[in-house]
Amino acid sequence: MKGGGFRIYALAYLIFLYAPIILLPLFAFNEGTVIAFPLTGFSTKWFVAAANQPTLWLAVKNSLIIAASASVISTALGVFAARASTRYHFPGKGGVMGLIMLPLVLPEIIVAVSLLVVLLGLGINLSIVTVILGHVLICTPFTIAILTSAFQSLDRSLEEAAYDLGETGISTFRLIILPLVMPGIISSLLISFTISLDEFIIAFFLAGTQPTLPIYIFSQFRFPQAVPVIMALGTVLVACSIVLLASAEYFRRRGLARSGAKDTGGFL
Amino acid sequence: MARELCKKFKARRNGGAMEQETRWSRLRRSEAAHGYLLVGPPALYAILLLAAPLGTILVYSFLTDGYLEIIREFTLANYREAWTNELYRSVMLRSLGVAMAVTTVTVLLAFPVAYFVSFHVAPERKSLWLFLITIPFWTSYLIRVFLWKVILGFNGVINSGLLGLGIIDEPLTFILYNVNAVVITLAHAYAPFAILPIFVALEKIDRSLLEAGQDLGESKLMTFWRVTLPLAMPGVIASVLIVFIPTIGDYVTPQLVGGPEGRMVANLIQLQYLKLDNYPLGSAIAVSAMSIVTVVSLIFLFLNRRFLRGPK
Repeated sequence: MKGGGFRIYALAYLIFLYAPIILLPLFAFNEGTVIAFPLTGFSTKWFVAAANQPTLWLAVKNSLIIAASASVISTALGVFAARASTRYHFPGKGGVMGLIMLPLVLPEIIVAVSLLVVLLGLGINLSIVTVILGHVLICTPFTIAILTSAFQSLDRSLEEAAYDLGETGISTFRLIILPLVMPGIISSLLISFTISLDEFIIAFFLAGTQPTLPIYIFSQFRFPQAVPVIMALGTVLVACSIVLLASAEYFRRRGLARSGAKDTGGFL
Repeated sequence: MARELCKKFKARRNGGAMEQETRWSRLRRSEAAHGYLLVGPPALYAILLLAAPLGTILVYSFLTDGYLEIIREFTLANYREAWTNELYRSVMLRSLGVAMAVTTVTVLLAFPVAYFVSFHVAPERKSLWLFLITIPFWTSYLIRVFLWKVILGFNGVINSGLLGLGIIDEPLTFILYNVNAVVITLAHAYAPFAILPIFVALEKIDRSLLEAGQDLGESKLMTFWRVTLPLAMPGVIASVLIVFIPTIGDYVTPQLVGGPEGRMVANLIQLQYLKLDNYPLGSAIAVSAMSIVTVVSLIFLFLNRRFLRGPK
């Protein structure tokens, strides 16, 4: 076996990464109200209790609306920016792209408070629309990162061939480029959907009185008796994000295979 | 680069037909125009919803707080308060200390994993490893942090386990609601962030350089020290920044597992904005925190500048 010591270390590290998540289903299916070992018996009552909370359903609905809108808008913006940065040269490109990518290296609380100040200053009421505005801002850099690699692996000569055969710029984009980067677009939609669904601090500042899923979860942490319900909810969420991510990874790989690029692994 | 080539080409053609000249400049202009047209929507969005709001809190930080309104009067008092008040200063120093500790722990622990995946895992299995490493990062951050509270708590997994095994007689209290808990939780949360950039840098290393090092009589360890590590430094630097910047502004972890001693700057900003309604002071603290992050990052980049110079 190659790299014996390193392999053991890497496996131990993976266990450390997964330790908290493994506890989640253990306590979700545990009968006892207190989150501690030893476990007291199998039960699905916490899942039933979670499903019977009307506020939770409102939060889920809000979160899905926000995540769907934010992922579509930020992917659309990402397509523009990624296409501009991979295909065209123009003065000031570095600065403009730097500004768009800035939320990646800005603490989220700063984004949240600065948006809050401006929105309140303009007299805009806080609602799920304002959360969408904030989420688009932080999702766009991720969509650009994914889409840039999709656009970069395009063969320029395909596009030129289309022009030579009499296609216009727009029809070339629709017939040649879009199908080739489609897997990248789907993977970017899924990733930004996941980010938005999980985002707490911007929603906390900008949602006003509307609950989103993370806000609901955060508010429930205050009540010890609500904890097993949150564990059940967490189990469902983790299962959903694994499915979403696995499909994002599938589309990303298919996209790379389609354009014939080498797989370098990872989303980021 | 392309523009220079264009110019040269033009200069050579200058004696030629005038028509050719205008067509070239028109093409060039249309390329830039296309670029601007495409980058326009995302750029406009970023200017309106990012640059303008950041500018606004910068302005707010110099205004005076009235009780119900903000008085439009220039003052440095907010900054004086943010930097001299013992409470605010200690919170900022603590945030800086926690972020540095988290960054050091995370990057040191992550490096061997990145090295293993890059050098010892078969190429076709690398994506699988990276996928396994990234999954925990994408699962609900709030719930992961909360699970650490469950693990570290007074009746938590560690304490009930150790009590049950008879190793300790009473629950350990130094592991929750303090700075230690914040560091452990954040180091866990940002682990994948640290691994990926180092992995990318290691992947780029030309393996023949390592063979050359050993052919020239260096030991494996010295080859690592003198060839692999310097070449991996851009990745290490990237992962330091990518962990340091968000951790210093983290809100959830200190709020949930930090207790009163573990509060960090984000909690302070939230308190000023949402509880005390003091926007100017909150803005001054936010701007100060951003400046600290920027200055520390720039110092760090400056100290490591020799690694970042690409091959000439």
